[in-house]
Amino acid sequence: MTTPLTRSAAARPRRRRSGTYGDHPATGYLFLSPWILGALLLFLGPMLASLYLSFTDYDLFSTPNWIGLENYERMLTDDARFGNSVLATVRFVVFGVPIQLAAALGVALLLNRASRMSGVYRSAFYAPSLLGGSVALALVWRSLFTADGPADQLSGLFGMPSRGWVNDPQLALAVLVLLIVWQFGAPMVIFLAGLKQIPQELYDAASVDGANAWQRFRAITVPMLSPVIFFNLVLNTINAFQVFNAAFVVSGGTGGPSDTTLFYTLYLWRKGFVEFNMGYASAMAWLLLLGIALVTGLIFRSARSWVHYAGEKK
Amino acid sequence: MTPARMRRLAWHALVLAIVAVMLYPLAWMLASSLKPSREIVTSVALIPRTWEWANYASALEPRVGVPVWRFFLNTALISAGAVVGNVITCSLAAYAFARLRFRLRAPMFAFMLATIMLPYHVVLIPQYTIFQQLGMVDTFWPLVLPKFLATDAFFVFLMVQFVRQLPQDLDEAARIDGCGPFRIFTLVILPLLRPALITTAIFTFIWTWNDFFQQLIYLSSPDNYTLPLALRLFVDTQESVANFGPMFALSVLSMLPVLLFFAAFQRYLIDGMATSGLKG
Repeated sequence: MTTPLTRSAAARPRRRRSGTYGDHPATGYLFLSPWILGALLLFLGPMLASLYLSFTDYDLFSTPNWIGLENYERMLTDDARFGNSVLATVRFVVFGVPIQLAAALGVALLLNRASRMSGVYRSAFYAPSLLGGSVALALVWRSLFTADGPADQLSGLFGMPSRGWVNDPQLALAVLVLLIVWQFGAPMVIFLAGLKQIPQELYDAASVDGANAWQRFRAITVPMLSPVIFFNLVLNTINAFQVFNAAFVVSGGTGGPSDTTLFYTLYLWRKGFVEFNMGYASAMAWLLLLGIALVTGLIFRSARSWVHYAGEKK
Repeated sequence: MTPARMRRLAWHALVLAIVAVMLYPLAWMLASSLKPSREIVTSVALIPRTWEWANYASALEPRVGVPVWRFFLNTALISAGAVVGNVITCSLAAYAFARLRFRLRAPMFAFMLATIMLPYHVVLIPQYTIFQQLGMVDTFWPLVLPKFLATDAFFVFLMVQFVRQLPQDLDEAARIDGCGPFRIFTLVILPLLRPALITTAIFTFIWTWNDFFQQLIYLSSPDNYTLPLALRLFVDTQESVANFGPMFALSVLSMLPVLLFFAAFQRYLIDGMATSGLKG
């Protein structure tokens, strides 16, 4: 990145490339003033405030009461539902994101060929990504998996009778995993754009050398696409940790059956806005941030060994 | 038939089969909205045996004492406000980050990127307290005002990427012709930024239209209900089979604007997604 230039530096010949107009230095802040206001009042300030609140007992109406680490202690030692919510969320992310990305990559590979219909197919696959997060669709999804609904009839056909996936502690989470997998269109579009950037010569050369389709996929597609895989993995993991609407609707706001769909954000909402335990909810929010930062950090670390950037020496 | 042609047909058949599975839930929703309530859940068919148009009539009957058009209007007002706010303030911020120089640009840009990754929940409760102090809880302000402060950093980033690709010679030419940064922004950058502005507008519209969490927290009186909050009433009612028809009908109606926008602007949506993703 560039460092801010002083005025004397701006007068040097680099000026044209660096994009300065030689205007008053306040101009940048003027253009940014809405963003600066938002960053201070709606991000930085509230972040510090919620960090403080996480060490207090706060019900929104009386003054916060400092209780030290008690919220965090209670969460980690004395709240079984908190444990359930972490488990439900982690299981959702661990199953949902990889399956979703695999589906996205698979269909992107399938669609990556010249055809007059490609655009139509691409749109059809993309549509669920736009609707999938809505309450309306979650209601439909829940109905698909209620007792005697289409999902029950389908599993009956395969000799596995069920009495409503959404009521079954073994299957309720699968309903939500399927919903996020169904929304594979958004990462698929990004994969498709990435696939188009891989030079055809690489495949031609590999074919001349006798590589079969699987070898070409392993040796060319995966490494060339790895920055895009990485991007999708980070983005979709972060998003999956914060899914709320679907769990809210499918479980009727309870996280049931047996807390198997009690997603972290759903429990946080219950603590904060149903029980008015705002200090506890703030502490949960900070643990969520730490959790996401930790997982993202791990993905970034692992990237060194499997993400390849073109032009970079190994 | 040549083998190449056979292969092509097989490819179309395979893709269409996957498309059919993917779109089944939507087709089932549409069909169910026209079936009698007691038939809906147990019927997997995509064509209703009896066409129950009355579902739509009862979906449009007042709920919790409020006419349904009001829910549409409220959702539309909030979405429109969010679109205007995002388009104006995100483009201003993006221009500053991409083209102007000032001392704190690098740290501010880094902070902006960090807020993309930040879970909203970390600022949720203090933000709520702020809006409560301002007497704005149960109004549309908490849902619209933040958009006028460029808080959707994702779109700022998307536009920064876009502005950086524009040739700098254009700015330079305008500057030589005597334009200052404000006129360069309005006369040179904004017109060229159009595709990114449209992408931002459409995504803001769809995401706000579909949003539920913030509306659930901030809006409480039925007069202020949005469509997702009205649909939420179906979540609470004990799955009364009698209500399935209207529930599906209202679901379909609430998705229509999103589908129409998608049909009209899919090029901007998909290309905008693809480019912003790749440059990340």
